[in-house]
Amino acid sequence: MSAKRPRQRRRIPAALLVPAVAGLAFLVLPLVGLLARAPWTEIPSRLAEPDILAALRLSLATATAATALSLLFGVPIAWLLARGDFPGRGLLRALVTVPLVLPPVVGGVALLLVFGRNGIVGAWLYDRFDVTIPFTTTAVVLAMTFVSMPFLVVSVEGALRGADVRFEEAAATLGAGRWTVFTHVTLPMIAPGVLAGAVLCWARALGEFGATITFAGNFPGRTQTMPLAVYLALQSDLEAAIVLSLLLLAVSVAVLASLRDRWTAAAA
Amino acid sequence: MSGPRPAGPGPGAAAAGLDAHLVVDRGDFRLDLRLRAAPGETVALLGPNGAGKTTALRALAGLQVLTAGHIVLNGETLDRPGGRGAGRTRRVAPEHRRIGVVFQDYLLFPHLNAVDNVAFGPRRRGMGRAEARALAADWLDRVGLAEYGRRRPGQLSGGQAQRVALARALATDPALLLLDEPLAALDARTRLDTRVELHRRLAVHEGAAVLVTHDPVDALMLADRLVVVEEGRAVQEGDAEAVTARPRTDYIARLVGLNLYRGKASGTTVQLGPETALTTGEALEGEAFAAFAPSAVALFREEPDGSPRNTWRATVSGVHRHGDHLRVQLDGPLRTAADVTPAAAAHLGLEPGQTVWAAVKATEIRAYPA
Repeated sequence: MSAKRPRQRRRIPAALLVPAVAGLAFLVLPLVGLLARAPWTEIPSRLAEPDILAALRLSLATATAATALSLLFGVPIAWLLARGDFPGRGLLRALVTVPLVLPPVVGGVALLLVFGRNGIVGAWLYDRFDVTIPFTTTAVVLAMTFVSMPFLVVSVEGALRGADVRFEEAAATLGAGRWTVFTHVTLPMIAPGVLAGAVLCWARALGEFGATITFAGNFPGRTQTMPLAVYLALQSDLEAAIVLSLLLLAVSVAVLASLRDRWTAAAA
Repeated sequence: MSGPRPAGPGPGAAAAGLDAHLVVDRGDFRLDLRLRAAPGETVALLGPNGAGKTTALRALAGLQVLTAGHIVLNGETLDRPGGRGAGRTRRVAPEHRRIGVVFQDYLLFPHLNAVDNVAFGPRRRGMGRAEARALAADWLDRVGLAEYGRRRPGQLSGGQAQRVALARALATDPALLLLDEPLAALDARTRLDTRVELHRRLAVHEGAAVLVTHDPVDALMLADRLVVVEEGRAVQEGDAEAVTARPRTDYIARLVGLNLYRGKASGTTVQLGPETALTTGEALEGEAFAAFAPSAVALFREEPDGSPRNTWRATVSGVHRHGDHLRVQLDGPLRTAADVTPAAAAHLGLEPGQTVWAAVKATEIRAYPA
């Protein structure tokens, strides 16, 4: 069909084409450079190093935990923002999205002030339960959740706004209470949006650096996640930094690729 | 299902079925509609778009809060805002009403297959999974879709989706079935078949049913009784015959294809305006409607002499095909539609702007009190 049609390609203005190509090169070249400099023969032995494995394991576990926390709290927040009818909703939305634009280091400082041993919550936790949060794996998860949950909230809220509430009304006429409507109709219908939000959230958590190093420190095996390990390796061992970076890149691409098909299938 | 039903007229008979007075105030629009439907009866709300039909349906289902009035179904008060004493304010949530709804575009849950869509209601009302699925399969069988249980809504045709929606609404054994433009989304052919099927279902449905439509054919064929709604109010009520024979608004007159006028009757004359009057076959006194079919109008090039008592000069404002004849729109002292054969039209040389004489026999004009 298209072969018969004469090609009518509009000429792209040079004023747009040149910066577009330059921008693409800027985005792609660093990745190419990373691949070009990779010590491919050494990768297997490097990956077997216990420090790297520990950092990888910690990163995957904490990012997943942060995503789980974000789902647990973020989906209800998104529901409130999308469906709630109360004064100050706009303000609440602004507050929720602050971590999106806040420098992560500032987030780390703020977390430290609240959950630190002298912080409002931290002091109480320490006095009452003898629990210390800063510079623990828990702190890593909290830092990640703080910076990544807004991604989930924004994505799920968008999905909720796009969802047709009349399906929920139909469910109500069939005898479903509000909670059942949410679990049996709303949630399945916005599942692609929730999944998209969770992936964004997970990817953001995996790359988290600033808030983590401020609030959780840099202790190998406990709070040293992949990005921190990359940064540290860069000071002493460039090749190790490259290998770690490649690993992070591979994990991110793999997750995106594996979920892409499911997204498009669910959205269709 | 089980549960005792009042057999015949007894002490409970007065409360059986639907008794509603729906008042919904939305600033620029006010719905004020009294509605009754006996068990087994199908009532159609017929009216133009924006008349408030769907609002009425949503109020019955509990999706729209009443401003005033009441909804009582089989003796149970479902909604009664601002009441006092025994009938104090009460509102039953949609999920606790024994009401089934077939929505205009069906709203089948896209993530569930046909069986699970139909089983959704019974499940929510406490039935076990296997039992609900069996019941759903049975319902799908009854609407002729036994083979389609595993299909998702996206894999069903419009007519099939409509029948699944009907099965889903009926599977909860509702005391009141609500249908919002149930056939509007279907193409002409499917519509015909589905209408027959729907009629059969409504005939065996033991509860009351309220059908909302702007299509007079649907209303006439599916309903036992018609309530014509315009601008939030019932303007006419009755069975199909009564409503079509004696329309009381232009909307209904147009739907059933009658010329309708309102005036003051005195004997066999209905005075429509200072200089306009129609002579009718029936004597009447007071405010009256006069109606006649377009086919009763005869057109002439010259002023006719002879029997017709009603003749007037008119200007042709439009001519278009209508079935196997032509419908001529006439302006003049009366805005009238006239049906003529193509041969007659050719003979008269009808075209817009032309002046003709219109004549209607007195015996062709029906007059009835307004």
